[in-house]
Amino acid sequence: MMKTTVKNILRMVADLTSMPTGAFNIRLNGGCEARQNSEHVTITPKENGLGIDIAVEPNTRGEVVYIPVVVDASGFVETVYNDFFIGENCDVEIVAGCGIHNDGHSLSQHDGIHTFHLGKNARVKYAEKHYGEGDGDGQRVLNPVTEVYLDEGAYMEMETVQIEGVDSTNRVTRGVVNKNATFVVKEKLMTSGKQRATTTFDVQLNGEGASTNVISRSVAKGDSFQEFLSKIDGNAPCAGHSECDAIIMDNACVKAVPEITANHVDASLIHEAAIGKIAGEQIVKLMTLGLNREEAEAEIVNGFLK
Amino acid sequence: MLELKNISFAVKEPNENKKEILNNINLTIQDNRFVIITGPNGGGKSTLAKIIMGIEQPTQGQILFNGQDITHMDITQRAKLGIGFAFQQPVRFKGLTVKELLSLATNKEVNQHQLCEYLSQVGLCAKDYIDREVNASLSGGELKRIEIAMLMARGVKLSIFDEPEAGIDLWSFHNLIQVFRRLRDEKNGSVLIISHQERILEIADEIVVVSAGQITAHGSREEILPELLNNADSCRFYKAQQRSVNA
Repeated sequence: MMKTTVKNILRMVADLTSMPTGAFNIRLNGGCEARQNSEHVTITPKENGLGIDIAVEPNTRGEVVYIPVVVDASGFVETVYNDFFIGENCDVEIVAGCGIHNDGHSLSQHDGIHTFHLGKNARVKYAEKHYGEGDGDGQRVLNPVTEVYLDEGAYMEMETVQIEGVDSTNRVTRGVVNKNATFVVKEKLMTSGKQRATTTFDVQLNGEGASTNVISRSVAKGDSFQEFLSKIDGNAPCAGHSECDAIIMDNACVKAVPEITANHVDASLIHEAAIGKIAGEQIVKLMTLGLNREEAEAEIVNGFLK
Repeated sequence: MLELKNISFAVKEPNENKKEILNNINLTIQDNRFVIITGPNGGGKSTLAKIIMGIEQPTQGQILFNGQDITHMDITQRAKLGIGFAFQQPVRFKGLTVKELLSLATNKEVNQHQLCEYLSQVGLCAKDYIDREVNASLSGGELKRIEIAMLMARGVKLSIFDEPEAGIDLWSFHNLIQVFRRLRDEKNGSVLIISHQERILEIADEIVVVSAGQITAHGSREEILPELLNNADSCRFYKAQQRSVNA
């Protein structure tokens, strides 16, 4: 019988309310809570227990693979390596995500290192949510690393969300994009209190027709700190765009450091960054609709991070 | 009924001098009246509208709404009492959709049918806009029409439109007049419009002329409009506006 805290975290990070029908792996405090393969998706635990290999057969289409992680033991610290091998011409969805419930005084930490190898013309939609909760004063730390290798014509869309409860996070995403492949990243992040979040994107556009679009939207509240580092190298005729858009509130600090390098004359690279508080006129407009100031702020923030 | 009593509004200029924007305004708007405020640019019309909504606080005077003193109420309280405002330059919201804003305006989850009803009045097809974010991807004209639709959807006792014609193309303007005509005929509340447009003035029950921070004329359309159009001395502002619009 699954504990309520575990069920809640699975719902928060993977929208799971029951066991999925396809392939899945649920990791709880370093162990395997449940695992299932499907006809075309095989999940194999690594021999050292520190992760899994997920192999998706070529031409697999329409499957959703769930690999959520739950840590609810205060003081539990782990580094996990998950490797994804996506065959040619696949079109699949992968739902990851990690939640920490910490009612104790000790640090709980999960560092998930995910490496994706997408075969020719494969398409992956990858969603990961990070979430923390619990009444203890023990820190909740998540340091996800995502490395993506896209073969010719492959497409990956990564949606990464961290909305609440994580005290410290260092998020690293690296992409190597080959001919006619596309890597899209959409990040949504909110920090409050004394939380700290560092996000690093490093995308290498190596093939002709390679493209990337990295979009980060964040809200920093309280005394929190956010740092956004974005690096795109255009090494071929390619197109790259990165965008950091942050709302800053209270005494928070947001830092955006863009870096775009064109190593080829036909590399077209753009970076946009905007940091600012909620516009007073936005609040006034919503107040004229009958919302009070706090409700107006909440609607603006929720809409921005939706 | 809205009553403005001895309303004044002043701001401090960078050199610390006091600048009077509104000076001792007295104005009563009866229920279900369709009132246009007109006058030269910089005369204080928009400030007056903002003072009614609570966006600006008067430095002196009293505002009564249906007999209740609302002078010190904030925007939210006035909105809840039934005052609504459509901005001259509508604000954009990254992430909030047309549907979400209209749901906030009506305080309920609006369905496709209702969206069609609200948006078609301003010449927009709901299907094209339902999930559109109210962000920089919308043109100024689209944004303006959504702003007007939001206020009409609220169905409040007093609707204030600040220059609704600004940024609207000719075709939409024709429809806008029809919309305002219908609002006037339905008599479901008072409508206060800041406008320079003759065609909007032509459908007014009453016209108020605000110039240099004061009400220089107030009366029925029949009384005021001919004077505005014909009296060269008092209407240079108005003819200049018309020339620029028609150019």
